[in-house]
Amino acid sequence: MTYSYYPGCTLKTKAKDLDRYARASAAALGIELRELPDWQCCGGVYPMAKDEIATKLSSVRALIAARDAGTDLVTMCSACHNVLKQVNHDMAADENVAAKAANYMKLDEPYRGETKVIHFLELLRDEVGFDELKKRVVKPLTGVKIAPYYGCLLLRPGRVMGFDDPENPVVIENFIRALGATPVIWAMRNECCGGYATLEKKEIAEKKATAVADNALANGAQLMITACPLCLYNLTKNAQSGLPVKYFTELLAEALGVKEDA
Amino acid sequence: MENTNLKERILEISGVNPRKCMKCGKCSATCPNYDEMEYHPHQFVDMVEKGNIEPLMASESLWTCLSCFACVERCPRSVEPAKLIEAVRLAVIRAQGGNHLKPQDIPDKLDDELPQQAIVSAFRKYSK
Repeated sequence: MTYSYYPGCTLKTKAKDLDRYARASAAALGIELRELPDWQCCGGVYPMAKDEIATKLSSVRALIAARDAGTDLVTMCSACHNVLKQVNHDMAADENVAAKAANYMKLDEPYRGETKVIHFLELLRDEVGFDELKKRVVKPLTGVKIAPYYGCLLLRPGRVMGFDDPENPVVIENFIRALGATPVIWAMRNECCGGYATLEKKEIAEKKATAVADNALANGAQLMITACPLCLYNLTKNAQSGLPVKYFTELLAEALGVKEDA
Repeated sequence: MENTNLKERILEISGVNPRKCMKCGKCSATCPNYDEMEYHPHQFVDMVEKGNIEPLMASESLWTCLSCFACVERCPRSVEPAKLIEAVRLAVIRAQGGNHLKPQDIPDKLDDELPQQAIVSAFRKYSK
C-alpha cells in the first residue's frame, strides 16, 4: 500500500512525535507513506471566503501532486486534513474556485477534486482494518482508560469531511479498542478546545481547554489522545487539569512495539 | 441604518443567504465561545440581513470566533453563520492598515512549545 503523505508545517517542528511515530507504525504495517516533494503549509485554517483563491493554492498544489503520483493523499494533522479536504471539496463543487485556481496556476490539465484525501485514522480503519490492526498489536495497552479527543477539525463540517458521524463518532474509540485499551465515552470529545484563541486571548484558550480536559478526567480518563498539535499544546500548556495528552500515533507505535525505533 | 454596498459585499464574500435563517438560535446555543462574544452567531446573521453591519465590524466578537464549525455543522437551515463572521472580519482586515495581528506582536507571545500551527492560523484569521 503506497500513499502520498502531507505532513504539514508543525509535524516538522513542534509535533515531530506525531510524524515519526506515524512513520514507524506505517512501516510496521507495510504501508508506504511517500512525503510529497515541495509541499507548502496549508495555512492552518480553511479560508471560508468565496472570493479567496491564493490562500487555497498550497492545498491545491498538494492535491494535484498526489493525483499526478496516482495515489491517495494521507494527512496526519487535524488542521491540515480539514484544510486540504475542504479545499478539495471546493475544487470539485465550486466552478468559480476551480477556474480561478486553474488560471492562476496556469494548469495544463484542470483539477476538479480527483484526489482522495484520507486521514491516517481513516487509513487504519478502512485500508488496514481495525480487526487486522488488533492482530498486529504486540504490546496491548490493556486496562488503560483513554479519552478520544476529536476536537473541532477532524469531523466538521460533516457533509464535507465525511469522516465519521460528526455528533456521535466511533473511529477513535474503535482505534483505542484495537490497541487493547478502553475508550472513555465523554461529552466534550467533539467540543472545540479554543486553541485558535491562544495568541488572541489566552484566557479564552485556558478556560475552554480546562473545561474539555476536566470533562475527560471526570469520566475516568487517564490519558487523552488527539491528532491535532494545537489541541495537544492547548490541552497540556493552557489547561489547568494535569491530564496527560498524547498523539494517537505514539500509542499506535507503542502497541505495535516500534516506539523505541521511531 | 442600512448599508447596502457593505451588505452586498459581505454576502458575496461569504456566499451566505441570511434570509434562509428561521431564527431558531441553535448556532448561538451551540457556540463554545458564546460567553465571550458581544454579538453572538445568530446576531451576525440577523444584523447582516438587516444591513446593520458597522457595529459588528467594531466588535471584539470578530476576534473571538474560534472557527470550530459548530454553528456550521448544526444549523438546520445550512445558513452557516461562521462564514458571515469571517466575511465581516475580512471586510475589516482587508482595509488598508486593518490588520488585527502584526508580525511584531508575535515574539512576545511565543513560548518553547507553541506549535507553528497557532501562528500560521492566527495570521490567516487576523491579517491580510
